Amino acid sequence: MIFFRVLFQTVFLALGQIWANKMRAILTTLGIIIGVAAVIAVVGAMSGLRGFVLKEFETFGAKKMYIWGWVPRELRTTMSWSDVRISLDEVEMLQNHAYAIDLITPTANARYDITAGRVTQRGALVTGIWPEWHEIENRSVTRGRPFFRIDMDERRQVCLVNDKAIEELELPRDPVGRFIDIKGRRFLIIGIVETKETSPMFGGGDSQSEVYIPFETSYQMNPYNWIDCIAQLRDPKLAEEGREEVRFVLRKARGLGPEEQDTFRIEVLQSIIDQFNKMAAGITAIAGGVVSIALLVGGIGIMNIMLVSVSERTREIGLRKAVGARPAIILNQFLVEAVVLCLVGGLVGVLLGQAATLGLRLSNPEAMERATVPPWAIIVAVAFSGATGVIFGMFPAIKAARLDPIEALRHE
Amino acid sequence: MTIQIKQLQKIYKIGVERVHALRGVDLTINKNEFVAIMGTSGSGKSTLMNILGCLDRPTKGAYILNGKPTHKMNAGQLASVRNREIGFVFQSFELLPRQTALKNVMLPLVYSSRNWLSARRLAKRALERVGLAERMKHKPNQLSGGQRQRVAIARALVNEPSILLADEPTGNLDSATTAEIIALFKQLHDEGQTIVIVTHEEDVAGHAHRIVRLRDGRIMSDHPTDEDPIHREWMKTAAAAMGELTARDNAAASVTVEAAP
Ligand SMILES: Nc1ncnc2c1ncn2[C@@H]1O[C@H](COP(=O)(O)OP(=O)(O)OP(=O)(O)O)[C@@H](O)[C@H]1O
Ligand SMILES: [Mg+2]
Repeated sequence: MIFFRVLFQTVFLALGQIWANKMRAILTTLGIIIGVAAVIAVVGAMSGLRGFVLKEFETFGAKKMYIWGWVPRELRTTMSWSDVRISLDEVEMLQNHAYAIDLITPTANARYDITAGRVTQRGALVTGIWPEWHEIENRSVTRGRPFFRIDMDERRQVCLVNDKAIEELELPRDPVGRFIDIKGRRFLIIGIVETKETSPMFGGGDSQSEVYIPFETSYQMNPYNWIDCIAQLRDPKLAEEGREEVRFVLRKARGLGPEEQDTFRIEVLQSIIDQFNKMAAGITAIAGGVVSIALLVGGIGIMNIMLVSVSERTREIGLRKAVGARPAIILNQFLVEAVVLCLVGGLVGVLLGQAATLGLRLSNPEAMERATVPPWAIIVAVAFSGATGVIFGMFPAIKAARLDPIEALRHE
Repeated sequence: MTIQIKQLQKIYKIGVERVHALRGVDLTINKNEFVAIMGTSGSGKSTLMNILGCLDRPTKGAYILNGKPTHKMNAGQLASVRNREIGFVFQSFELLPRQTALKNVMLPLVYSSRNWLSARRLAKRALERVGLAERMKHKPNQLSGGQRQRVAIARALVNEPSILLADEPTGNLDSATTAEIIALFKQLHDEGQTIVIVTHEEDVAGHAHRIVRLRDGRIMSDHPTDEDPIHREWMKTAAAAMGELTARDNAAASVTVEAAP
């Protein structure tokens, strides 16, 4: 009862002491202020960076998986790229046997000359795709219709174009129903696919002209064309599982023995995000380490100033004891003072860190748009500075509590 | 019965050397007594007072305060005895320099479990008792020595202690202020307060009702004031000196009167 009342009074007493010795308090808690400000700023910056990267990946699709043939470096002399190309059979196998995969499409990029009326575009990008591509890439048609399975099965000579292709081929605004020549074959334009903004991070920026044709048609036009594969996972969480499944299916399909290396590569965006998150956590942990050093140094400063305070106020301690303050209450008083000092330092640090984060956001609005300091970071930082006060204030407080009242009163 | 000590010994150890500050003191002080403790320097007066005030513990012997054996108590229990039962007045006042008189007087109530709710009122009343109602908001450096000691006395009284202990309370004061403080002690005694005071001055001791003299850690004599031989001796010489002084004053006065036209 007395304990809590005195605790309460001591907080005010300690605040008064700090206010009376502002300069000394600031210098003493500088270590803590800097440490806490640093960690808050780093956490803020990391949250900004994470927000930025995640946004980038989200627009790109965190569920996407890329699969392509690959010749391991050691086998380059004996194996050619055509040996490792993903085959249509393998794509179908993946579609049927890899549970984690929801949708899959092979893609075949080729450069053909395209003629529309009098305009010819040389070496234009023509991509063979399955209908699933629309959903995987999240690109629907703005006019006309998307591809259907029938377009594949019948190897129809139909195509989709994007705005840029329309522009470069000087087609009318609504070219659906028109014909264009690709590598000398007549293709019917059945729809317009929207051009997707890709961010500068993934080498996007200005869009290029794109023409899509059914994969089977493209295969017929050039059976030796390189084939990539894009799949969509059921869930971003299945990244690792999906990767293992695909690996298993492909290794089995290719008859690779246990000793042999993969002749393909798999990349999952989620795993890149995971890697990034790990890196961010690592950086935060390093910042945390730096802070704990700063807190240690700051704590030693606190201990020092508390020892000075105890020795300066020895007579006062003696008097307080003489009028009936129990040792526990004296201990409590000095501990509270140390903790209040550290908490004030911690709060100043939080404010400085917040200011730094805000500055970061204002100076770099694009990348640091989401830079905020999460509440947990503030709570942890303040809690740690409080704990520093308890740990480093303990020794001086015990010293004060153990003082003999007579000796203390005799102190000069 | 308020204070009862039996065969009290206090030995200070400095390295291998042992200083016998008290060598077996027996003393009983009853309620509403006004006792002066006297003795040469180093005779153990302060040591005895510190033990009576529960600031220190005896090496041997028993100290029973209001029926409670304090020599068996731990530091925490002694602290609450100091808070409830004892008011201690120091030679050097021991006021907190940055706090007002009122706050200084309230200090013991901060550590008291019974009186803290009415702390301000009690502190004001204590300051009124010592005649400092007008100086509550003053800080110690804005007060005279006598006023500071009054604040210290108010602080000692604020928790209504059963005994008031004062170790050379007038040691730092001039004779006029000493007289004021002694008058205050007499007033408090008349109001029923038990008082033990250490002093070097016979005239201060003369206001007490009983004089205990220490020498070399032992009680040399313990008499009511008017029966104390040393005090009576002192009274005689003092009266003679006073008579001489009065005579000289009268002569001086007559000289001045004569000198006047
Ligand atoms: N803390 C201490 N350590 C060692 N010796 C001490 C201590 N305090 C007092 N003494 C010794 O004990 C003896 C009694 O001291 P005490 O202070 O009680 O004397 P006193 O009667 O109050 O003297 P004074 O009139 O000068 O105040 C002295 O010899 C002193 O040197
Ligand atoms: Mg003394």
